[in-house]
Amino acid sequence: MDTLFLAEVTLAGLGAGALYALTGVAFVLIYKATRVVNLAIGEILMLGGYAFLGFAAGLGLSPWLALPLAIAAGGALGWLVERALIRPMLGESPISVFMVTIGLGSILAGVVQLGWGADPLRLPEFMPSTPVFIGEAYLAPKVAIGFVAAAVVIGLFLALFRFSRGGVALKATAADQGAAYSVGIDVPRVFSVAWILACATAAGAGVLIGAIGGISPTMGVFGLSVLVVVIIGGLDSIAGALVGGLLIGLVEALAGAFLGGEFKLVVTFALLLVLLMVRPYGLFGTHEIERL
Amino acid sequence: MAGPAVLDVNNVEVVYNRTVQVLRGLSLQVPEGEIVALLGSNGAGKSTLLKAVSNLLSLEDGDVTAGAIRFRGDDIASLTPHGLVRRGLFHVMEGRRIFEDLSVEENLTAATFALTGRKLPAADFDLVYSYFPRLHERRKGLAGYLSGGEQQMLAIGRALIARPSLILLDEPSLGLAPKLVEEIFAIIARINAEQKVSMLLVEQNAAVAFAVANYGYILEMGKVVIDGPVEKLMRDQDVREFYLGLGGAGGERSYRDIKHYKRRKRWLS
Ligand SMILES: Nc1ncnc2c1ncn2[C@@H]1O[C@H](COP(=O)(O)OP(=O)(O)O)[C@@H](O)[C@H]1O
Ligand SMILES: [Mg+2]
Repeated sequence: MDTLFLAEVTLAGLGAGALYALTGVAFVLIYKATRVVNLAIGEILMLGGYAFLGFAAGLGLSPWLALPLAIAAGGALGWLVERALIRPMLGESPISVFMVTIGLGSILAGVVQLGWGADPLRLPEFMPSTPVFIGEAYLAPKVAIGFVAAAVVIGLFLALFRFSRGGVALKATAADQGAAYSVGIDVPRVFSVAWILACATAAGAGVLIGAIGGISPTMGVFGLSVLVVVIIGGLDSIAGALVGGLLIGLVEALAGAFLGGEFKLVVTFALLLVLLMVRPYGLFGTHEIERL
Repeated sequence: MAGPAVLDVNNVEVVYNRTVQVLRGLSLQVPEGEIVALLGSNGAGKSTLLKAVSNLLSLEDGDVTAGAIRFRGDDIASLTPHGLVRRGLFHVMEGRRIFEDLSVEENLTAATFALTGRKLPAADFDLVYSYFPRLHERRKGLAGYLSGGEQQMLAIGRALIARPSLILLDEPSLGLAPKLVEEIFAIIARINAEQKVSMLLVEQNAAVAFAVANYGYILEMGKVVIDGPVEKLMRDQDVREFYLGLGGAGGERSYRDIKHYKRRKRWLS
């Protein structure tokens, strides 16, 4: 076996894994704050890609303006969804809320298809294309940029949770809503901010992923792999999303390279099964979550 | 009773899940600066009343179906739970409800949200640590690793951060050794005196509640059955028998130290 090849596959896997991790963080943020399993996260990510295309190609804006606008559009969508769909469901069973997010996902996919058609599209090029070599191993420049961007954003989130007052409000709300209210935390505002940040993050991830592999109305299936990531990491753990994302990215890349592309999913789900048998609440999750 | 009422509960009825009625026309007042005790056996509706006052009832599908609750003259019905906290009404919930996987310090930081939108000096962590030096020693550690007594101190410490004018205390003695109960109640009496905070104190332990309170209400099946100044309640035959566990005369040896502090405080002020 060729070590250089192994190194390149590993790097590509970590690059993909970073984007899993980033989207996983978005998922965890919503779950932590509001206990909503948001199955539309893949479609929100997809919408980020299309919003970027709309701003950059449709309106002819500079990609560097289209990127923050796409992220802002994701945030606005998050705000709207929380306000209009999720908050009225407060107190309903988790299953009904879960179903609502599935419905939201199909609506978003439908909207995109109406607007842009069913065919895959390419995003305008905007990232530098100088090849990146780590040692002798080649890494696609977009994948490298995606990795760095994801690492920076995840690092920011981790710092925010650890050191900021807002992080304390989020953790307090996640731990005990009643107690959070009782110390003066505006719990509905925490919900709102969590959805805005998470959907903005997912939209940004959508631009990165779209830049690498193009966008299509079926791009939302990325959300399924992210679901595996957060189940492995623990639904409510940011660190878990980070580790789970890198792990899945790596495993998929290795399985694809050495067993063949059709084994990617099989290996991923086998890993998921084994892990759930050993640790039902994920690698870093809180124990109570196994109910779900 | 002197002073205007900080809290005025008037003929309140509470129903859970639209079916189970728990409070049946309950009225009580907390005058400015005083400690009022609310006693009653398990299931009488004490915690329900506190949740109705702090508006946390809605989180448990409970509704105030009749009557009115006024905090400093304002009807609380139109206020959010966090809005009430930010106006100076702080509820120390039953079972302490500290954030276990946050540090002691972060628990206090969480309570600084109670100061949002108020023209007050910055949060005073040192004030908390001056009442509870043990929390200072453990401020970097996870709150979940504190002992039961320390967790209760932290729950009261969060209230101190919030600079309330009224604290609702739900069974602060729950599950604590007598020695610790004495220590915590002495501090409760000091906070009442030094910080000019009125308190509504829910207890099953009537002896310790009477040691710090000025006035008491006794609740049964969601209604007040007896109320009066603590001195009078302590002479009441039924109260002595059922709530203080005293058959005849004498025997109130415990908690005299707290009482002593309280007397001295009155004498000083
Ligand atoms: N969330 C709830 N839903 C339904 N019934 C409740 C709820 N909370 C309390 N109760 C009922 O209300 C009654 C009073 O409870 P509570 O106010 O907790 O009593 P106390 O604090 O005096 O022990 C009890 O019979 C209890 O079962
Ligand atoms: Mg109770």
